[in-house]
Amino acid sequence: MSTPFEPRIVVLCCNWCTYAGADLAGTSRMKYAPNVRLVRVMCSGRVDPSFVLRAFQDGADGVLVAGCHPGDCHYINGNLKAMRRFPALEKMVAQFGIEPQRLRLEWISAAEGDVFVRVVNEMTAQVRALGALDWRRRAAVGPLPEHAG
Amino acid sequence: MEPRIGVFVCHCGTNIAGVVDVNRVVEAAAAWPDVVFSTEYKFMCSDPGQHLLNDAIIRHKLTRVVVAACSPRMHEPTFRKACAMAGLNPYLFEMANIREHCSWVHEDKLAATLKAIDIVRAAVAKARLLEPLQARMVPVTPKVLVVGGGVAGIQAALDIANAGTKVIMVERSQSIGGHMAQLDKTFPTLDCSACILTPKMVQVAQHPNIELMTYSDVENVDGYVGNFTVKIRQRARYVDESTCTSCGVCLEKCPKKVPSEFDEGMATRKAIYRSFPQAVPGRPVIDKESCTYFKNGKCKICEIFCEPKAIRWDDQDRVVEEKVGAIIVATGMGLIDPHGLGQWGYGRFPNVLTGLEFERLNNATGPTGGRITCKDGSEPKSVAILHCVGSRDRNHKEYCSRVCCMYSLKFAHLIKEKTHATVYNFYIDMRCFGKGYEEFYNRLLHEGVKFIRGKAAYVTDQAYGDEETGKLVVSAESTTLGQVLRVPVDMVILASAVAPQNDAEAVARLFGMGRSPDGFFMEKHPKLEPFATATDGVYLAGSCQSPKDIPDTVAHGAAAASTALSMISRGMVEVEAATAEVLKDFCSGCKVCQDVCPYSAISFHDDTHLAEVNASVCKGCGTCVATCPSSAITGHHFNDLQVLAQIDAAFAWE
Amino acid sequence: MGEEKKNGKKLQLAMYWAASCGGCDMAVLDVNEKILDIAAVADIRLWPIAMDYKYKDVESWADGEIDVCLFNGAVRNSEQLHLARLLRRKCKVMVAFGSCASFGGIPGLANLHCKKTIFEAVYGYTASTVNPEGTTPQTHTKVPEGDLHIPDFFDDVYSLNQVIPVEYYVPGCPPTPDTVMVAVNAIATGNLPPVGSTIAGDKAVCDECLRTKSDKPKIQAFHRPQEIFVDAEKCLLEQGLTCMGSATRGGCGSLCPAVNMPCRGCYGPMPRSLDAGADALAAMTSIVDASDEQAARTKGDQLVDPLGTFYRFTLPVSMLRRAQREH
Repeated sequence: MSTPFEPRIVVLCCNWCTYAGADLAGTSRMKYAPNVRLVRVMCSGRVDPSFVLRAFQDGADGVLVAGCHPGDCHYINGNLKAMRRFPALEKMVAQFGIEPQRLRLEWISAAEGDVFVRVVNEMTAQVRALGALDWRRRAAVGPLPEHAG
Repeated sequence: MEPRIGVFVCHCGTNIAGVVDVNRVVEAAAAWPDVVFSTEYKFMCSDPGQHLLNDAIIRHKLTRVVVAACSPRMHEPTFRKACAMAGLNPYLFEMANIREHCSWVHEDKLAATLKAIDIVRAAVAKARLLEPLQARMVPVTPKVLVVGGGVAGIQAALDIANAGTKVIMVERSQSIGGHMAQLDKTFPTLDCSACILTPKMVQVAQHPNIELMTYSDVENVDGYVGNFTVKIRQRARYVDESTCTSCGVCLEKCPKKVPSEFDEGMATRKAIYRSFPQAVPGRPVIDKESCTYFKNGKCKICEIFCEPKAIRWDDQDRVVEEKVGAIIVATGMGLIDPHGLGQWGYGRFPNVLTGLEFERLNNATGPTGGRITCKDGSEPKSVAILHCVGSRDRNHKEYCSRVCCMYSLKFAHLIKEKTHATVYNFYIDMRCFGKGYEEFYNRLLHEGVKFIRGKAAYVTDQAYGDEETGKLVVSAESTTLGQVLRVPVDMVILASAVAPQNDAEAVARLFGMGRSPDGFFMEKHPKLEPFATATDGVYLAGSCQSPKDIPDTVAHGAAAASTALSMISRGMVEVEAATAEVLKDFCSGCKVCQDVCPYSAISFHDDTHLAEVNASVCKGCGTCVATCPSSAITGHHFNDLQVLAQIDAAFAWE
Repeated sequence: MGEEKKNGKKLQLAMYWAASCGGCDMAVLDVNEKILDIAAVADIRLWPIAMDYKYKDVESWADGEIDVCLFNGAVRNSEQLHLARLLRRKCKVMVAFGSCASFGGIPGLANLHCKKTIFEAVYGYTASTVNPEGTTPQTHTKVPEGDLHIPDFFDDVYSLNQVIPVEYYVPGCPPTPDTVMVAVNAIATGNLPPVGSTIAGDKAVCDECLRTKSDKPKIQAFHRPQEIFVDAEKCLLEQGLTCMGSATRGGCGSLCPAVNMPCRGCYGPMPRSLDAGADALAAMTSIVDASDEQAARTKGDQLVDPLGTFYRFTLPVSMLRRAQREH
């Protein structure tokens, strides 16, 4: 390849903590890897596991789910549901043959712009080291074999 | 009908345009399906910018609008309003954050531009699927709950009550007054704390618009902005409020003594007590835990001497339910547990005191009647005041407690005034930032107080020589002299760090507030809304938000009051329109949603075997939407297809 | 039932099995005496499990000659694909019959692997394999008598609608007699729902389940059915069994939960489902009684095989469709 591999990471994050944390990183003019795209939902409890799967299906090399710290949820405890879903989701994603470093759950508060930056940079580096996941190519059901019919 | 999407890319001066190639974003957007108009402007949030938006909506018959600018947390309301002005449902607007999430965090202009295009594409993808929603207005209950009866709560309550709005003030201890009531003098003016506070306390008690509930706790909070339902537990007082005349005979007669919380444990109170002589209300309470009668069934001396017959042994806790429109949390601050600060001798040496203990020692109503003495009753010949004990210290509290420099100066002055002692201040920096503060510091410099620029390392009783024998020795490196000093003194005062209240975590949860990393309650915006929280209708006053001195606390209380009042006096409040909805055709009644809803907003109808979301209680978190195994709940404005469209468009995948 | 098609001609019916266990064909017989009603209204032109046939028989039919084909089984080799395409041409209405045809079914779990690794296991190291020469199936083999051909085994398992257009879906492993009769009646009377419909409930199995549910159901721990004594009254999910009932189309009459077995999800995803496995995973784990990460992990780990549990019948039609190929 002529251009080096740049990972594509989808961040599914809550409005109140992580999105605001990313805002804070911005207002503080911190710099981080341009490899993430944020998809905002109101609460990490809204993150349907199928959103994660869809991101991988679309071609994401990594998915970060992020919300308020346990106990600090804007909706009291929506994030606890994200927390409860995660271990099984992680395990299931591993069963699909996706490396564990490609899926991460982080608690990043509105005050933790620096944590947002660290997590993004860290994950970008890890996923870069793993290389492209490229689900459509590496795992997609191929075109139908044409021997018959 | 195909949506007609307009895309508006903001330069934000050079904030965005300095890094992102705005024109390239505009061109890219113009090529996407359903985008019928795409343009850029210097400041979209400005009046001309909003006019541009307005005109374009009308001229191009736009049915969806995407503004690529700053964070929706900043200007979403602005642009929603602009859309509404042009006759477009404000929920058909979507914001693309290419400033905080792009131009401000990337230096590589090409990468930032490509990212901005992706961000706008995702916003357009979502916009395409947006549905109009109707914001609902609900009436506001014209009553405010003030939690905490310190000076912040008092100020807030009085301001609101004076405006003619009802207030319920809940205070957990026997009396209102808070920390300020414990103080003797206040810096830098040295006016008497009680003299300025007690009139306000009395006003609270007598105000026709204020219902005061002391010895009470808020147990539960339900509802939403404008319409909260709170449960308040009024603990049993065992003294009838209407009969008691506050004569105080019982306080003299009660044989049971326990350490007084108000006096920081340096003096005792009785089992039947009021926190301090000027307590408001003046009626005492019986502390059931300490009372001899409750312990072994004998005593009742208070009852024998109570002329108006106000003792009620069968008194019970009462839980009252109140409806309020706004809540002001003014629960105040605590102090760091000084026992964790062993190197400074607290708990090991009796003459090592915390700042608040010294306040009581120095107070005319305190354990010594205001005489500054060592534990043995003697007057100290030298006193060391150690600044930043636990503050500005990564091992304890990283923040500056903000009040210690000034009260340490105040202590120094008062010690000088009342005794002949030599006073040493061990400090890192003097932080005297308020009105008249620096002047006060200068005055102290001329009063012969010794200032040693160096944080005290430890306090010991191990004497190196005769002059240290029997003394407390403070060791510190003087950074001005560049040498380690050992200063023998008779008394050490620790300016120990201000800290969040011990139960701050539970209180934050109760009121749906966040906490910042320092543990104090988190404000909605650190600069523009330091008195609001992320939960609409819940406001902050005083040092529960961050350490504050009295003027700042009072100002904060007044700010919270005016914010609450402006909401109350509007009479109506807009509630979340982006709520969840159960699609009846697909609900199988598994009840899983009922368990996950944080607000108990989902009810189950046994007759129809269906779940239903109560839209006025739903806050739109979407947890039930993600959880519903039958995909039978949709979350308006963040429905599955909208989020998936955004994910699908997050990158130019191919 | 019993009335003939309006033009007086009997309904021309074909039934075919691809990658399936034969259970779906049995299910047709499970309608018992009603099979006679079916025979009364329909000419069964093809039914490999019951009648002999040759490819050329099917090839000899005119295009569209057959009214309805009930096609059961997933598609995982070249012969099945050939027949699916052939029957598509010959039949007016194609029905994916049973979970395998509808969603890939149990054979669909082979999408966790690929041809190479499946052959390595089946012809290599399973406990019952005796294959000292390491022989694996070859599509072409030269023998003295000429060339032998056997179908090519694909890397992936497909649901029927992934290889040919399908009009209707009759889910179930197998479809219950009631579901079969609903489908047959609809076909026989011409009262067909919109193309693309699934002949089953729009509500989940829970809707038909008579077990009692708490107002706020909670899962204390996950168990496998053999590990606990099942309370006969209480919701199975609340007892920690990974019952797919809330995430699975009803129409079966909640047969499995009625006999203390958790629903395994054979009627497939709910109508609005994005991904059947994600739905079930989200619901079950969200109500786990865990308030910290450690507890969540401990309880999550009790799900021995989340993928196999949540996609037991639906892996080929799920978002990710298969596991990444070993490389």
